[in-house]
Amino acid sequence: MRLAPALTLVLLLGPVLAGLAGTLAPALGLFPALGGRSLSLAPAMALLDWPGLVPAARLSVTTGLAATALSLAITALIMAGWSGTRAFRWMERALSPLLSVPHAAAAFGIAFLIAPSGWISRALSPWATDWHHPPDLLIVQDPWGIAMVLGLVAKEVPFLLLMTLAALPQAMPRRSLTIAQSLGYCRVTGWLKAVFPRIYAQIRLPVYAVLAYSMSVVDVAIILGPNTPPPLAVQVVRWMGDPDLTMRFQAAAGAVLQLALVVVVLTLWRLGEGVAGRLGKSWIARGGRGRFDHALGLAGMAAATLTAGAVLLGLAGLALWSVAGFWTFPDAWPDSLTLRAWMRHAPGLRDPVLETVIIALAATLIALALTLACLQAEHRFGLSPGARSLWLLYLPLLIPQIAFLPGLQTLALIAGADMGRGVVILGHVVFVLPYVFLSLGDPFRKWDTRHATIAAALGAAPRRTFWAIRLPMLLAPVLTAAAVGFGVSVGQYLPTLLIGGGRVQTLTTEAVALASGGDRRVIGIYALAQTGVVILGFAAALLLPRLAWANRHALRAAA
Amino acid sequence: MTQTGLRLENLRILRRGRQLVALDTHVAPGAVLTVMGASGVGKSTLLAAITGTLPTGFRAEGRIILNGEDISRKAPEHRHVGILFQEELLFPHLSVGGNLAFGLPPRIRGRAARRTKIKEALDDVGLAGFAARDPATLSGGQKARVALMRMLLSEPKALLLDEAFAGLDAALRAQVRQLVFDRARARALPVLMVTHDAADAQAAGGRLIVLEPR
Ligand SMILES: Nc1ncnc2c1ncn2[C@@H]1O[C@H](COP(=O)(O)OP(=O)(O)O)[C@@H](O)[C@H]1O
Ligand SMILES: [Mg+2]
Repeated sequence: MRLAPALTLVLLLGPVLAGLAGTLAPALGLFPALGGRSLSLAPAMALLDWPGLVPAARLSVTTGLAATALSLAITALIMAGWSGTRAFRWMERALSPLLSVPHAAAAFGIAFLIAPSGWISRALSPWATDWHHPPDLLIVQDPWGIAMVLGLVAKEVPFLLLMTLAALPQAMPRRSLTIAQSLGYCRVTGWLKAVFPRIYAQIRLPVYAVLAYSMSVVDVAIILGPNTPPPLAVQVVRWMGDPDLTMRFQAAAGAVLQLALVVVVLTLWRLGEGVAGRLGKSWIARGGRGRFDHALGLAGMAAATLTAGAVLLGLAGLALWSVAGFWTFPDAWPDSLTLRAWMRHAPGLRDPVLETVIIALAATLIALALTLACLQAEHRFGLSPGARSLWLLYLPLLIPQIAFLPGLQTLALIAGADMGRGVVILGHVVFVLPYVFLSLGDPFRKWDTRHATIAAALGAAPRRTFWAIRLPMLLAPVLTAAAVGFGVSVGQYLPTLLIGGGRVQTLTTEAVALASGGDRRVIGIYALAQTGVVILGFAAALLLPRLAWANRHALRAAA
Repeated sequence: MTQTGLRLENLRILRRGRQLVALDTHVAPGAVLTVMGASGVGKSTLLAAITGTLPTGFRAEGRIILNGEDISRKAPEHRHVGILFQEELLFPHLSVGGNLAFGLPPRIRGRAARRTKIKEALDDVGLAGFAARDPATLSGGQKARVALMRMLLSEPKALLLDEAFAGLDAALRAQVRQLVFDRARARALPVLMVTHDAADAQAAGGRLIVLEPR
């Protein structure tokens, strides 16, 4: 168990570093299996020759920055305007369901809402718009990536809110806010000036993760993003899938460029923090008590409601499509409801569901075991995790997936390894583990270690204390962490696609593959199945402790 | 010559190399040694050194000798030193009976035999029929008694009290305190009691050490 932290690091960073190397080599022309035996600039030149390069790179930067800035602003305004209110508690309850909707499913839902033939357009037609046919507008895959940003914001606001809520107790916001208010500051301004700086310091890494993710996301971009050209990461995936294997040189060069873009933009963001901090200090020093307070608070609430509503309404729309009979354009409701589409696709659904669940369960179990072993080793041997270990944990979330997953595929190709389910599971562990660790770390460390002292005084060895006392007492947070990890695994698109070499088919890869087909009934079925699997995980995590501890008041209250 | 009781021989507790507590003393079987001192002087840390659960950054020097045996290098679970905290720290996922069973050594075999031991322990402190209860549903005094019996069932050779009565109101406090002292004396256990309350010290009737901050 003393080795657990080392083993975890290897499993976490090994694939990332190996993958980066495996991407960098072909980008520099080295790929013996494809005849690349010497360093060359040809891949880079080929990349530069691609006419879509500048717009594709620009899209990555603009959509990434816009999605991150908007998500952060909305999160801050909600916290500033509403934390501690009844509306906020209501929002907190909506958080978990929103978090459990996989990115692809949320994106499909939003696409269905805002498409020219979508629900919003139907609700307004023909009475307000005079449209009798879906208008010929490029709303969903708009060239600026607005729809894509919307889709990202809808998923990243709940994530940042969750991280903020976790950081909140340490910042002791209520006292600061009370003091600010007693000095005459309005709520939103007081919160932004007195609390936000401390909160931001604590959610910095999650914000960076959002930025890196948004800049290089693939599944959401395929569904909601522009097509010609797509954002850089999507184009790299296209090249990776090209039957002409020599395109992989170019793909690798593109992946390296994507990594460089993310590094540069993260650095700029970091520098921007300094500038924003200085501006903020002078804003605070001016002593303004807040003038647009009410409007700001309302704007935050409106934006949050809009994005959350978009996801939930979108899913409802997908559910409706999956059971819709005949449903022609301006009608807001189908003529009839039928289970025909479900009956037809249910048999085909079986395999992807099984594959999804097997991979997610295995990845989650591995991640959970490693996390528990690390945390227990930390407790037993008094290892103190520094700030650096948190960075290491975030590393797989900060390096764009597209930068190292192709490299892993390349390495496997060279090694001649069969890219099956097992490797995909290990690939998922890289992304599942950070979330499991982040979710379980605090509750595990907060456990009153005097329970362990008592158990030892009663003659129990550490192993017995862990299994018979600590783990049962922490059942609820352990299962919650497992559900989070499970959800992360279910939602993974790129690792499944690239590490699985296209041969491992989960609900997510299948759903995204359906995007271009545009059959809304099937898309609805897959998106719902994908969401349903995740929600079942969360439901189990919520229900099991209540059942297990039905007769244990102290633990039921904590669950 | 082996000496019975709990002997702290030149015990020094260092935090990051600097001395926090130094003590050289002996507690005879059945006697109570009271330790007082301002909050933060290291009273709980002293007890942690004896149970073998010092947090990282702390180190103990010297020897801890229990009934003639040096336990200072032993694992906490092999020291046979019982401890009670201010909070009863009953394991919330186990029933009252389950908590007691956790303390009962595995040497006592067979469900019936173990069940009988637990029943006797509960009867003994006026909690007959409480075995199946959820600890969260007990009153403060009841919890304290369960915690005491859980510890006694594990057959400790010494008893440490870390402000064990501080959470109880005055009337209950005297009662529980008396119960603990009686049981400890009946089993000839050396007791080391940390407290803030002069009444505790008085009731103990033994020697008093006041730790000074340094
Ligand atoms: N787990 C720990 N880690 C680091 N320092 C601690 C820990 N527990 C206690 N301390 C420090 O050791 C000193 C003594 O604490 P403690 O023994 O709990 O005091 P007391 O019980 O006398 O109030 C205090 O300065 C306290 O802050
Ligand atoms: Mg103390």
